[in-house]
Amino acid sequence: MTEAFVLTITVFVLAIYVGWEVITKVPPILHTPLMSGSNAISGITIIGALLLAGKLEGKDDLWGQVAWALGMIAVVFAMINVVGGFLVTDRMLRMFRSRGERKG
Amino acid sequence: MSHPLILFCYLVAAVLFIVGLKRLSSPKSAASGNLVAAVGMLLAIAATLLDREIVSFTGLIVAMAIGSAIGAATAYTVKMTAMPQMVAVFNGFGGGASALVASAELLRRLGAGEPPEVAVAIPIVLGVLIGSITFTGSLVAFAKLQDLMTGQPIVFPLQQVLNALLALALVAAAALLVLDPADLNPFWVVVGISLALGILLVVPIGGADMPVVISLLNSYSGLAACATGFALENHGLIIAGSLVGASGLILTMIMCRAMNRSLANVMFGAFGQAGGAGGAAAVAATGTVKSGTAEEAAMILEAARSVVVVPGYGLAVAQAQHAVRRLCDQLSDRGIDVKYAIHPVAGRMPGHMNVLLAEADVPYEQLVEMDEINPQLPNTDVALVIGANDVTNPDARENSNSPIYGMPIIEVDHCKTVIVCKRSMNPGFAGIDNPLFTLDNTMMYFGDAKTSVEDLSRELREL
Repeated sequence: MTEAFVLTITVFVLAIYVGWEVITKVPPILHTPLMSGSNAISGITIIGALLLAGKLEGKDDLWGQVAWALGMIAVVFAMINVVGGFLVTDRMLRMFRSRGERKG
Repeated sequence: MSHPLILFCYLVAAVLFIVGLKRLSSPKSAASGNLVAAVGMLLAIAATLLDREIVSFTGLIVAMAIGSAIGAATAYTVKMTAMPQMVAVFNGFGGGASALVASAELLRRLGAGEPPEVAVAIPIVLGVLIGSITFTGSLVAFAKLQDLMTGQPIVFPLQQVLNALLALALVAAAALLVLDPADLNPFWVVVGISLALGILLVVPIGGADMPVVISLLNSYSGLAACATGFALENHGLIIAGSLVGASGLILTMIMCRAMNRSLANVMFGAFGQAGGAGGAAAVAATGTVKSGTAEEAAMILEAARSVVVVPGYGLAVAQAQHAVRRLCDQLSDRGIDVKYAIHPVAGRMPGHMNVLLAEADVPYEQLVEMDEINPQLPNTDVALVIGANDVTNPDARENSNSPIYGMPIIEVDHCKTVIVCKRSMNPGFAGIDNPLFTLDNTMMYFGDAKTSVEDLSRELREL
């Protein structure tokens, strides 16, 4: 059990706690945007995909090349998740208008 | 390890995610909150691209452009009624990406001749496992919601025994992989079983339980990102993944509570199956049903001072949101107080009905949640139930033999008059009788939701 690992666990536990606190405050009326928005945030895995695919390009060992290919697919998948998630959430949230803001 | 400045950017990104989610606590600030979170993501991506370990950008930029184009095209074309399946499919891609990243990290380490130690191997295996289950599970959820396959639960003999055996084999293979990551055979077994389990765990779940499944898969996609974060020792991934994991878990619990069922019952109970087979026999309603015309319904509404509309998914299926909003505008113009009572499981995902009504330009002040509206109902003149059934069933409160006994409902039977707009006397998805329909103060108004509401509007104009 290394020091770095304990630190990582600490970050994890605190983040879960913060997430819990922040998200229980979201009212049911916004649960669908919450879900699609948090969905976009889970596309953060793009960082891992970029790092892997970026540093493995042009490797000459077989596993390195396979890993690079998987990383590239992961970049595409994660980008769909990120861009699609944020845009659709934005589209939805713009529909929520108060009485005063109604069009027409 | 990346440059400290890049790590610092990840911290800022994480803070932006938290601030963004925090701003979702009110419809006023929500749109800006989403923007803040998107800026956080942009910062995280930009910082990552500055990492000097990245040797070439061409491939990355092409891949990012492809993903962005697909994501944007989907986001702008999807219909609001199809939102649940779209979220499911995006979830699947997120989970799939995490599984791929974890797999790639394992292969990279083996290729470089440095097999991961236990503290790294465990999160790698978890990332592959959770990510793969999320991927195929989400695709099945998508297929069910998109009607590409039956929405009914699919069950077969020994299903749960098979699942249990597969789960055991999965744990065994995962353990072998952690102990000796250099041997790739257990890795393929983990991938194969996880992909299969994702399918097998979702097929026995019925369409009406999809809100729970989607919330749960949402949580998984966060946990998969988290596991990947542990494998890569990247705090940015861990923080963002945990936020999503917590969010999905909270929504899962809220959905289960709203249906008065445990998560285990939703996952393994194959609800609705008995109703699907025996539904026809249960139609025979006891007591007399009073049915009325559009003119009678319009007269009742016209005489009311307060009206509560209870929308169900049937309303969305009939695309009646706009017609209902126009009817309510007419009522408001006559000085009648109009509100919408939203049950937590109305629609096909948490909060879905609110989005559908917001799209029809209903101001959000009129959207009232169940716990808030119930105490007001005894003082409400008319409840107009449109395309909703089980969420108004008084049996859930009074009849301990009812399959939905204990489920929280919108207590429209406490209103002075109830108008139920419904296609026919057929029972709802769960195949359960609704005694609301035979109450003395209930009037059934039969017909397609959209046409009925439009007729009602016309009659009201003539009064």
